[in-house]
Amino acid sequence: MSERTLYGITALFDAPGKILDASKAATSEGYKNFDSYTPYPIHGLDNVMKLKRSYIGIVTLILGMTGVISLVTFTWWANSVDFPMVTGGKPYFAWPSYVPLMFEMGVLFGAVSTVIALLAIWLGLPRNSHPLHDTEFMKKVSDDGFGICIEAKDPKFDQKQTESFLRSLGAVNVEPAYYEAQSFTLRQLVLDPKFIIAIIVVAVVSSATVYWGLNKMLLIRPWSSLNDQEKVLPETRSEFYPDGFAMRPPVEGTVARSQMPYEFTANDLASAGKYLANPLLPTPQVMRVGQREYNTYCSPCHGYFADGDSRLQGQFPSPPSLHTDSLRLAPDGLYYSVITNGFQGIMPSYARQIPRDERWAIIWYIRALQKSEHVEASVAK
Amino acid sequence: MSAGSIDEVIDYTEAPPLVEGNPTLSHLDDAIAKPMEHRPSAKYFIALAVTLAMLTFGIVAVGYTFYYGIGMWGNNIPVAWAFAITNFVFWIGIGHAGTLISAILFLFRQRWRTAIARTAEAMTIFAVMCAGLFPLLHLGRPWYFAFIFPIPNQHGIWINFNSPLVWDVFAVSTYFTVSLMFWYIGLIPDLATMRDRTTSKIKKTIYSILSVGWRFSNRHWQHYEKVYVILAGLATPLVFSVHSIVSFDFAVSILPGWHTTIFPPYFVAGAIFSGFGMVLTVLIIVRKVFNLEYIITKDHLDKMAKVTLLVSMMVAYAYLLEPFIAWYSGDPVDWYLVIQRMTGHYALGFWIMTTCNVFVPQLLWFRKIRRSVPILFVISLLINVGMWLERYIIIVTSLYRDFTPSAWHLYSPTWVDFGILIGSFGLFFTLVLLFSRTLPVISMSEIKGVTESAHPAEKLGAEHE
Repeated sequence: MSERTLYGITALFDAPGKILDASKAATSEGYKNFDSYTPYPIHGLDNVMKLKRSYIGIVTLILGMTGVISLVTFTWWANSVDFPMVTGGKPYFAWPSYVPLMFEMGVLFGAVSTVIALLAIWLGLPRNSHPLHDTEFMKKVSDDGFGICIEAKDPKFDQKQTESFLRSLGAVNVEPAYYEAQSFTLRQLVLDPKFIIAIIVVAVVSSATVYWGLNKMLLIRPWSSLNDQEKVLPETRSEFYPDGFAMRPPVEGTVARSQMPYEFTANDLASAGKYLANPLLPTPQVMRVGQREYNTYCSPCHGYFADGDSRLQGQFPSPPSLHTDSLRLAPDGLYYSVITNGFQGIMPSYARQIPRDERWAIIWYIRALQKSEHVEASVAK
Repeated sequence: MSAGSIDEVIDYTEAPPLVEGNPTLSHLDDAIAKPMEHRPSAKYFIALAVTLAMLTFGIVAVGYTFYYGIGMWGNNIPVAWAFAITNFVFWIGIGHAGTLISAILFLFRQRWRTAIARTAEAMTIFAVMCAGLFPLLHLGRPWYFAFIFPIPNQHGIWINFNSPLVWDVFAVSTYFTVSLMFWYIGLIPDLATMRDRTTSKIKKTIYSILSVGWRFSNRHWQHYEKVYVILAGLATPLVFSVHSIVSFDFAVSILPGWHTTIFPPYFVAGAIFSGFGMVLTVLIIVRKVFNLEYIITKDHLDKMAKVTLLVSMMVAYAYLLEPFIAWYSGDPVDWYLVIQRMTGHYALGFWIMTTCNVFVPQLLWFRKIRRSVPILFVISLLINVGMWLERYIIIVTSLYRDFTPSAWHLYSPTWVDFGILIGSFGLFFTLVLLFSRTLPVISMSEIKGVTESAHPAEKLGAEHE
């Protein structure tokens, strides 16, 4: 077995007191690369081995604060920059509400980073290939033995001398420990086809899972009876009716709600004038609606004051003034008929644009305009 | 002991040994590893069959819920939060005692915690797992849970960071992660011991991976112990924050009976109280089934009973203060609710709760009762019942008489509600039983450290730490 590289010399003791003495002796002898192995941490050993204080707490502090700061930055960005939204009347950046979250993220970052830093950086774990693994020494130490191992790389190390030194301390068992005969370089391990395949499988599976989760799973339709009901919806296809529509056409002559059809034929101005009366009262509200609608639909041709001074002169024929005596005396029904059906192919029908009641409101407004230019002298005073 | 009027003379000037009978270190290993290395007795399998049956019942009830919807439960407006949230708060509370024992007692250098810490921490993790199920089930469509994470939805809107329900998710998931790390860090040396003990190749591979190649090196122990203190220091305020945030779910609303500032401390005390009840229940079973009476001694149970008594009185104080503030505030709605709780439809539950949480624990003043395992077991079960009822009373009585009398509605649970509750107990105890067979229920490395003559330097008066 001479081709194996020596790791160090191990020695076992049977009581915690002896390991303290042995560690003290090894330190005073001048050994630096040695370590004590105990089934539980023995107080006082750190002093004897002259170990420096552990500063791992700095990781907790720095990464814990990083957690707090990232949370503050993130909530500020999400709620004030990316999608500013007011909830509960609070400002966009309602920091007192984020204090619980700051604390949680500080603890989370601090704890996780400390544990990872401890295992991976401070202790150099995971490492199952250490020369002391699977030795009788390790088996004893993990149970009830107290061991010490002086490593071969120590400048004072000399196999025979170190062995006799350890025996002189009263060790129960003194054994050399060797590195494993075969070892791999990092390059060999990384380029191993098995390793590469494993990495690819993990990458594909994890990204597929995330994609599926975010893009498909969240959009699954629930199979609840509320969602899937045995009924037909409007605008859907149906096999039941010959025309293939789920919805039925309305019965001939059906009138939509609040849409009364016009009572007379389009050219029967006389009947309209005789039988139709304005159903509205000239309240300020009605007048306002009438004004708005008149200015919107009528004023482009008739003018704001019904003078017939079209703003569209040259493009459309100009209508007559509504202030003529014959039109001032014409009944409301006549106006209604003209707005509804149009007039002699020159003025189009406004039935589609202006609902029924608003047409009547326009008529009240026209009456007001007409009165405004025919004020009797006694009233004007 | 000598005959006479005093049966037992106790020397209070000397602390009792933490491990009885001064066993050797390898004997401790053998005793703790025994449940993992030997085929368990018929008792174990009977217990497992019972818990699995409970779990199966729960799974059937959950299946009903998902297939037919939340309508299978008794919840309806105005009592929209009933069993699901009661169980959530109950299980989260159970978990807190585990962290209290493992972290807070560690910081206070209470070395008697060593024998019970591992089980208590495991309990924390299993209880938080049970608790986490209930908000998911309450959604009815559990995959919508993803929307609580800080991911913008299809309209680009973020979650509401002002909402206690969002804080809750952050708090509970942080709590679970940190508890798991704390537990795992504690397990590493024991897993290494098991790695070196086992003869099976498969087990050895598993233990080797899980113990990450731990070597018991003193240069490692030094940093390890430091990290353990840091984690304990982080976990301690975490316990308080988690249950405070759980109480914010209620206290931030404007409902009478919920909208009180006493809720955070009241909930934390209640959590620790119910958790100690559950730790007692579990430990009394574990020490009996696995014959660990000399490691988890009567002194341990005695000390836990004392803590339970203390926290019981904190809970009693909250019970007194709640009606006092309702009366003192002069708010007729608040006062009406207090009367409703005591005399209304759910009055029986209220009085059982008060009896179990305030009056029964007063028995723990007596040393004989604290050291009588059967009586302690019954008391611990009653505490569990009482604390479950406490959450039920808080939730249901506040909701069923809310501001609009036309909306008043009585709540009664259905068999599906009970099925899920029983199922969660089944899950919890199944996990406890599986844990006790697969991992060391007592920390081997820590218990070795509290045996007599474990630390020779202390006897020499040498400085440590």
